[in-house]
Amino acid sequence: MKYVDEFRDPLKAQFLLAEIRELVARIQVGRSRPLYIMEVCGGHTHAIFRYGLETMLPDEIGLIHGPGCPVCVLPMGRVDDCVALAEMPGMIFTTFGDAIRVPGSKKSLLQAKAEGADVRMVYSPLDSLQIAKNNPDKQIVFFALGFETTMPSTALTVLRAEKEGIKNFSLFCNHITIIPTIKAILDSPDLQLDGFLGPGHVSMVIGNSSYRFIAEHYKRPLVVAGFEPLDILHAIWMVLKQIDEGRTEIENQYNRVVPDGGNKVALDAIGRVFELREFFEWRGLGSIDHSGVRMRESYARFDAERKFSVPALKIADPKSCQCGEVLKGVIKPWDCKVFGGACTPETPLGALMVSSEGACAAYYQYGDIEKIHETKTHSQLEVIV
Amino acid sequence: MSSIGKLITNNGSRRRRGKVRVPTITLAHGGGGQAMHDLIDDVFLEAFDNEVLKPLDDQARLSLSDLTACGDRLAFTTDSYVVNPLDFPGGNIGKLAICGTVNDLAVGGAIPLYLTCAVIVEEGLPVEKLREVARTMATTAQEAGVQIVTGDTKVVERGACDKLFINTAGIGVIRERIDLGADKAQPGDVILVNGLLGDHGAAILNARGDMSLTTPIESDCACLHGLIEGLLSAVPNTRFIRDATRGGLATVLNEIADAAQVGIEIHENRTPIRAEVKGFCELLGLDPLYLANEGKIVCVVPPDHVDTALAALQAHPLGREAARIGEVTDHRPGRVVMQTVFGGRRIVDMLVGEQLPRIC
Repeated sequence: MKYVDEFRDPLKAQFLLAEIRELVARIQVGRSRPLYIMEVCGGHTHAIFRYGLETMLPDEIGLIHGPGCPVCVLPMGRVDDCVALAEMPGMIFTTFGDAIRVPGSKKSLLQAKAEGADVRMVYSPLDSLQIAKNNPDKQIVFFALGFETTMPSTALTVLRAEKEGIKNFSLFCNHITIIPTIKAILDSPDLQLDGFLGPGHVSMVIGNSSYRFIAEHYKRPLVVAGFEPLDILHAIWMVLKQIDEGRTEIENQYNRVVPDGGNKVALDAIGRVFELREFFEWRGLGSIDHSGVRMRESYARFDAERKFSVPALKIADPKSCQCGEVLKGVIKPWDCKVFGGACTPETPLGALMVSSEGACAAYYQYGDIEKIHETKTHSQLEVIV
Repeated sequence: MSSIGKLITNNGSRRRRGKVRVPTITLAHGGGGQAMHDLIDDVFLEAFDNEVLKPLDDQARLSLSDLTACGDRLAFTTDSYVVNPLDFPGGNIGKLAICGTVNDLAVGGAIPLYLTCAVIVEEGLPVEKLREVARTMATTAQEAGVQIVTGDTKVVERGACDKLFINTAGIGVIRERIDLGADKAQPGDVILVNGLLGDHGAAILNARGDMSLTTPIESDCACLHGLIEGLLSAVPNTRFIRDATRGGLATVLNEIADAAQVGIEIHENRTPIRAEVKGFCELLGLDPLYLANEGKIVCVVPPDHVDTALAALQAHPLGREAARIGEVTDHRPGRVVMQTVFGGRRIVDMLVGEQLPRIC
């Protein structure tokens, strides 16, 4: 596949890995613990597992799979609200595919659908708007979910609904924003992170300047990375290069897609429709100030939370879950007490087992845990030899 | 099957064939009266006509000696077809209902011989659509050398089923000395597939029209008994064959690893997938290893017969792109591991539910 295979070239990977090994060997002199690099974005987590990147990296690099899976960090109470909306008479509830199986405190949208609710999977909020046009006698709610990546398309859909005078369409807004969450992680007292891979798609919208505080205040390097395996290796190499040279900067590996200033049209649309919430609840991380957005008063008629009454109950995460510690890199997924036992992709207890982008689900499905343990004791990697 | 709604009337005598004169199926067509008889005559008998069906009894009567002449064991299978949409690039539900059941017999080493056809029709389906499906079934069965010998018709109220469901059961005979089983896979054995994977799943997803993508991907829906016969004649000690339908290649490999308690290692760069299917999956965040196929088999063959097996598959039109994709190992029994194109390794696990597209 053109423009894709070039970024999956195993020979180029070998060159990069050789340089990564050399850098790590130099950096690690006198250090007692591995280098921890967090990939913030769930898309990166997915690619890391899909290509088996962890099995290729030297043992001295630990990848910490961050909070960037919007499905995973959605609190149970919000899923309950979705189910309540979906079960209202005359309602068509539309959602992205991977949100359909997320468990609420009583049921998932998939179960609600089986019990008779009209829940439909869409690939874009515009599909949802089309459903609204086709069903003028029904109410259509779109389950708006995701970081700045999906926010522009939702905002533009609302603007179009306004322009076309569509009255039976609204959003259940669960959009979240990544910067306050990275800050919350950096403020955590048990933090052990040496650098970040920045989210490529989010940065395509917001640009790179928003990350400056990470380099300037928290003195950690961040490299915005693409999603192909060579992108990820290249970005890891760039983080290591900064550490080796004693720099902490915001760099852009994904400059074929991410402009430094972001996308003005997208940002304008977001700004017109959304405003920051005072706080938003994250599954596994708790409440984080200014980490979610809601619809502005002027778009209240497109806001399902204002238009319909939702239970809005707060449901606590199960006590046994250690998602927060996994997200912050304090423990590895398989160190969690319930991993693979009470908590599996089929019956997830914790946020990270929910979507295939969640770190725990990814380890459960793709990860070779025995192998990871093995490679941590033998320094040679079978794959490279 | 009750006698009400049977495809074949139970009075044992031939009547003059009826004709359906309305454009859509109504509940009357399932009521057991004249409308139903007309439908059966006009749509099904017209298409399926054969000697076993002709007496129009409650059951098909099959000669035992004809069966025992073909082999020493009977293979018997059933499958229901509920595909949405009814028509898709590369086939329709009728073709699928024949190919699927023929393949379920063939992968056990059986020569497929007789099929049943039971349909559940939602009221409101155009008669022409049902006729088209029945004709496709007849043509596909004829090409495959099997006969549709008995059946059943039910009509249900709107909403009680989705347009048309078909069940086909099949009988075949297993040749002597052929004994296939997932538990027979041994370390050192080699895994082959007969061609490009994921076409059917991608074609169906695309045909649902949700994505507004224009792709030339067609279902690979085909009867594979000829191909399998070629393989088994060339390599009678083939260990196991399974068609990689729902759940795709990944699911079949996990079933083998689990049944034989062996490890399986496959190579991403040797796994044949069409560029269009790869692109389709990239766009939607799907994994082609889990996409359904309707014309693809996974074969486990002993290491010293790999070349013969591969040549036998490639000699058949449905096996031209056959490839060796992996090996059975004694590492980590029950696990399927893939060597990725990039040089890493990952586990290929069984899916929990259906594959769902990722957000970003």
